[in-house]
Amino acid sequence: MAKVMTSGGEALIKALADENVDIIFGYPGGAALHIYDAIYQQDRVQHILVRHEQAATHAADGFARATGKPGVCLVTSGPGATNAITGIATAYMDSIPLVVISGQVPNHLIGTDAFQETDMMGISRPIVKHSFLVQKPEEIPVIVKKAFHIATSGRPGPVVIDVPKNLTDPNEKFEYKFPSDLYLRSFALYNEAENSEVKKAVKLLTEAERPVIYAGGGAINSNAAEEIYEFGKLMGCPVTNTLMGLGVYPASDEQFVGMLGMHGTYEANMVMHEADLIMAIGARFDDRITNNPNKFGLQAKKIHIDSDPSSIDKIIDVDVAMTGNAKKVISQINKELKAMNFDNKKFDPWMKKAMQWRADHGLNHNMLDQKNPGDIILPQQVIQSAYKATDGKAFVTSDVGQHQMFAAQYYHFNEPRKWINSGGLGTMGFGLPAAMGVKFAFPDETVACITGEGSIQMCIQELSTCGQYGLPIKIINLNNRALGMVKQWQDMQYGGRYSSISYEDSLPDFIKLAESYGHVGMKVEKLSELQAAMEECFALKDKLVFLDVYVDPDEHVYPMLKAGGDMSEMYLSKTEKTFE
Amino acid sequence: MNHIALLMENQPGALSRVIGLFSQRGYNIDSLSVAPTQDETLSRLTMTIGEEGADINQVLKQLYKLVDVVMVQNLNEADALTLELAIIKLNKTKAEVEGLLKNYEFEREILDEKDNYTVFKALGDTQEIENLLSELKKEEFLEVTRSGTLGMTKGNESLATNDQTKISYD
Repeated sequence: MAKVMTSGGEALIKALADENVDIIFGYPGGAALHIYDAIYQQDRVQHILVRHEQAATHAADGFARATGKPGVCLVTSGPGATNAITGIATAYMDSIPLVVISGQVPNHLIGTDAFQETDMMGISRPIVKHSFLVQKPEEIPVIVKKAFHIATSGRPGPVVIDVPKNLTDPNEKFEYKFPSDLYLRSFALYNEAENSEVKKAVKLLTEAERPVIYAGGGAINSNAAEEIYEFGKLMGCPVTNTLMGLGVYPASDEQFVGMLGMHGTYEANMVMHEADLIMAIGARFDDRITNNPNKFGLQAKKIHIDSDPSSIDKIIDVDVAMTGNAKKVISQINKELKAMNFDNKKFDPWMKKAMQWRADHGLNHNMLDQKNPGDIILPQQVIQSAYKATDGKAFVTSDVGQHQMFAAQYYHFNEPRKWINSGGLGTMGFGLPAAMGVKFAFPDETVACITGEGSIQMCIQELSTCGQYGLPIKIINLNNRALGMVKQWQDMQYGGRYSSISYEDSLPDFIKLAESYGHVGMKVEKLSELQAAMEECFALKDKLVFLDVYVDPDEHVYPMLKAGGDMSEMYLSKTEKTFE
Repeated sequence: MNHIALLMENQPGALSRVIGLFSQRGYNIDSLSVAPTQDETLSRLTMTIGEEGADINQVLKQLYKLVDVVMVQNLNEADALTLELAIIKLNKTKAEVEGLLKNYEFEREILDEKDNYTVFKALGDTQEIENLLSELKKEEFLEVTRSGTLGMTKGNESLATNDQTKISYD
């Protein structure tokens, strides 16, 4: 084969193309200009110009969550790099594969406080899976290959490649070689679990009386939905998903008891509390799940499947630990259960009990039919309306706050990768740019961003990006004229002292704002007009629609776990609770 | 005291990842020593971590998760030797220092005496060095510098590695 000579900048983009990357999100600047010149001179990798580097990372992140492929973004040094930090931390907390390329000042200026210099390796260190500072342009293809391998394997996560400007100099060419194999020293990857552990797990599963399957984001990352569905059916027991795991088990299935945790359903939290066996799949016993870890699952034996050994026994000690890929490990367990013709009938009374809990205090999923005083709209009704208008088939991204919890509770996700939200870091401003990433990945699918008037203003500049690339995202803005989740906590824990949550007089006219970017703006204030507006919004296939929905400003998200309590201790409404 | 031996890539930034992990996860390092090994692509660390605060298994797993960390070993669980070097300066004459040290068993050597100040080295396990230092606190104590604990397993067990994971692509 003839030698291919490239500059560092060209090698970087060519290596991305050779990694099958066809889209990257970014923002140019001084230290990245050689790279941008290389982008201009090729057509294998499309570059999407965002309006703020945070949005580049979130868009790449949304792309990754929806597709399962790594998201890629490119930013310049200094402020470009620091603006990307929030997005990198967001991906890190949710274990999302991201490759972030940052320009850096030329080698000889590093450490001199040069213009737009920041120590990206240092600043990003605690929030990356790994990072590389390029030392020689020839090593760029190998570094790119390593970065993608590290970002996507095991427990995925973001990887930063910091590239000094002089190493991308268009005048300095070298022979481009994309490696066919990689060598990494002792980079342990876990696939299948030890057979002895599988046997132990199966013994616990089949000997249990009240088992529950609790699946999280790791189950989605390992594409284990099919296996978990089969496992759920073999077990015939209640299944719950975390906020990050929604969709990995179909929400419409009769065994699904809803989301668990802080704002989980009554039945899911009761099932967890009363279970005698908790089977955790790709979930990490996070504090929003367990409530007080000292009071968590005291009656239950625990089995934990995770691709990251450091997640095991971190918060909750377990009886059987299986480090491995959830898809493969669940297959191993399914095989055993099938081989022994396991009869799950003995779990029927337990399943009935879960259904009784649902009947007692489950969420009301038919709120669209109810009438409200003053024709006011409740936020839950907006989600149900969106669900109805999209037939439950949309990709739904969200920001962070009450609207996020309502969306998680009321939009039934039947497939993985359809629900895209910042669960770990809780990043306001995530929703719109993430929706852009999803829309680029799936241009023919319906993509809705469920947001609030607080969150949307954190990355609202991306309305411009959506205009430039013609992205017909549907923005459903649950406008309660206040920072709703903060307000809820101030109501419940701070005697209703509303500190810094209100900006009602200074809210923009979102209709005009959307229109000024070339989009469609719609406003709805009455419940009687909600469904028609929602249908119209989703019917405008080629337009971004900003649907500004005025909702009850006093609504709280329930259930809500009592701080420091166990999982059965919940507030069920403003007047009801399960504890004294 | 937990003694951990660790082999990591001799790469810029690798040490800061190890150190950063401790502050990030709220663990405390009591002592740390690091230097390249006979394979110049690898550095070896010995760390001492107090009993309080951190679950040692969690520390080991978090360390091993770092891409630059090649191997980790809990020396407390192995049959291992540990050793620490301290260099100490006292406002005493050589003869006075020799008197002070005569009841100790660890290896030592007077390195220098100048203007009534004596510098000596003490080589022993961490506990012996700790005992000496607490005894010296009763004296007029000027200066000490310690190597941190170094450790190695006995017998054929070894932290050295030539293992590389080959990752092939279709």
